[in-house]
Amino acid sequence: METFLQQIINGLIQGSVYALVALGYTMVYGILGLINFAHGEVVMVGAMLSLTALTALLGWGVPPALALALGLLFAMLGCMVLGYGIERVAYRPLRHAPRLAPLITAIGMSMVLQNLAMMIWGREYHAFPQLIDNTPHVIAGAIVNDIQIVIFLAALGIMAGLMFVVHRTRLGRAMRAVAENQHAAQLMGVDINRVVSITFMLGSAMAAVAGLMVSANYGIAHYYMGFLLGLKAFTAAVLGGIGNLRGAMLGGMLLGLIESLGAGYIGDLTGGFMGSNYQDVFAFFVLIAVLVFRPSGLLGERIAERA
Amino acid sequence: MPNARKFKFSLPSPAGGRGVGGEGSRTLKFWLLFAALLLLPFVIDALLGRGWVRIADFALLYIMLALGLNIVVGYAGLLDLGYIAFFAVGAYCYALAGSPQLALAFPLLFPEGAHLSFWLVLPLAALLAGGFGVLLGAPTLRLRGDYLAIVTLGFGEIIRIFLNNLNAPVNLTNGPQGISRIDPVSVAGASLNSSQEILGITLPSVHLYFYLFLAIAALAIFVSHRLEGSRIGRAWMAIREDEIAAAAMGIDTRNLKLLAFAMGATFGGVSGALFAGFQSFVSPESFSLMESIMVLCMVVLGGMGNIAGVILGAILLALLPEALRHGAAPLQQALFGQIIIDPESLRMLLFGGALIVMMLYRPAGLLPSKVRRRELDTDEVTETA
Repeated sequence: METFLQQIINGLIQGSVYALVALGYTMVYGILGLINFAHGEVVMVGAMLSLTALTALLGWGVPPALALALGLLFAMLGCMVLGYGIERVAYRPLRHAPRLAPLITAIGMSMVLQNLAMMIWGREYHAFPQLIDNTPHVIAGAIVNDIQIVIFLAALGIMAGLMFVVHRTRLGRAMRAVAENQHAAQLMGVDINRVVSITFMLGSAMAAVAGLMVSANYGIAHYYMGFLLGLKAFTAAVLGGIGNLRGAMLGGMLLGLIESLGAGYIGDLTGGFMGSNYQDVFAFFVLIAVLVFRPSGLLGERIAERA
Repeated sequence: MPNARKFKFSLPSPAGGRGVGGEGSRTLKFWLLFAALLLLPFVIDALLGRGWVRIADFALLYIMLALGLNIVVGYAGLLDLGYIAFFAVGAYCYALAGSPQLALAFPLLFPEGAHLSFWLVLPLAALLAGGFGVLLGAPTLRLRGDYLAIVTLGFGEIIRIFLNNLNAPVNLTNGPQGISRIDPVSVAGASLNSSQEILGITLPSVHLYFYLFLAIAALAIFVSHRLEGSRIGRAWMAIREDEIAAAAMGIDTRNLKLLAFAMGATFGGVSGALFAGFQSFVSPESFSLMESIMVLCMVVLGGMGNIAGVILGAILLALLPEALRHGAAPLQQALFGQIIIDPESLRMLLFGGALIVMMLYRPAGLLPSKVRRRELDTDEVTETA
């Protein structure tokens, strides 16, 4: 029972990070109908930027809380510029091209970012500085520490903020209008390019937060961390129904739970044949299962075949 | 006179229609090319050294792989990002069947390992890889293209995770260490791993493999070429250009897409088995996502759907790492006094950059196929959209 509770807690925390990244995928998909393959790399860049800024600020003797805030701000700004740049360079010129084309540029962009990051930050793992007191709390036999609580609450807060922006502001209305019908939105005076750029920037800012969270949680950052994270977050978005914001959150949490419970119990289920080293496989099986049985996801609308 | 026009179109062009002796000159060209290719390993050996013959062997392997992916991406228009998984299936198929590895996994059944003949395993590897292609394709092909891309990517990773972890409790793949001591390929009883003397000429091992790969690559080119113009090939292209219209014309889109997947996977499986025999060592490291991207790059760079383009792309990109190693590293050394960017990451950076630049400025590739160019022409699509 204690393990079960522990796995649930781990799953929710991991899931909240997936949800943040999945929101980035789903917003872009909702508006452009495009999978932003490079989004995982934006998360990685966010983690690296915040880490670099943090280390520098702490080195100058800035108090930890302020350093964290400034480091996060720096990473968010950096990622917003990056997200804007990615859209301008790789996607905007191909907005009316066949679907294969932007997908290929997205993969290219992802390669470029990953290798640039490797040149800048090297191949080694970077240790994340310890900022807050890491004494674990024991709740009903399960262990949870302050960082994890902060991650979970921050993720919920950001999601609430995003829902507010999308459903209650003028910008959000424009975003929903573009998602609904680009031409009609344009005729109503919505500046599509501006909306798309802002969407990319919002998604990238959230990716930066997620990057910081992941590296704070695991204590490390690495140039290759974005790839798998991005894939899993995409799975989460598909699981919830891509294009649907609530779906992305639900999918993220569910995927986190599935993964941590799966990794915790697969050994018992398969009689020791498969261990927790198969953890990364679950996301893909979930992805394939969802696509086979319910391609529109849990909360999504039916996806029509676009020619 | 609409009738006359129609007639002219359906009239088969007579053999050697380009003039008297057309047929003869084509045969002559063919034999000249054949002779040139036979001499090629000796020329490379003499001019550049034996290491480059080995690189040429790999280039031929990549040609086979790229031709296989070209069927999926180029003809049928399905983006497969896990293509290297089929290569891995073929490679591990021969690695298991042709090495002492199975003695570790099933000591009672195979006390010495299986050590099956390569020529027996090759069709099995092809069949198995094709089977995996169907297995992956069946649930996913109903989906839109971009989903397919992600699922294939995930599939590639799954295969790699399994290869890495299937060393316990039964040591099937030997995990990250990989399988070594794989039997060499032998032709008519003669092992290709040692030099052989034919007609008084001593042929070193790399030359022998060159000829073997050349023969199989030629077969792959032939099959691709015949497929392209066949009813199946034309159906694939119809699906690529407009799936709904193709279905309306009575094309069984689902089965044909599956066939494309299986066919591409088969090419991958065959090259994988050859790779295992050639290297006599396989490990999961050789089947990473980067390799899938590299093969995709070959297809995109050369020209999706065009055999000559794909071959060109494969040769260029197979030579690129060597060019970087011999060119970029000393250049940086000379300019900056140290190696700032190591050739490996520079290579991946260039691949990524090439994918973007090609899609933006020359989406149909260096040697575009006519149909493909028409389809990827952005302006035309905007008009119809």
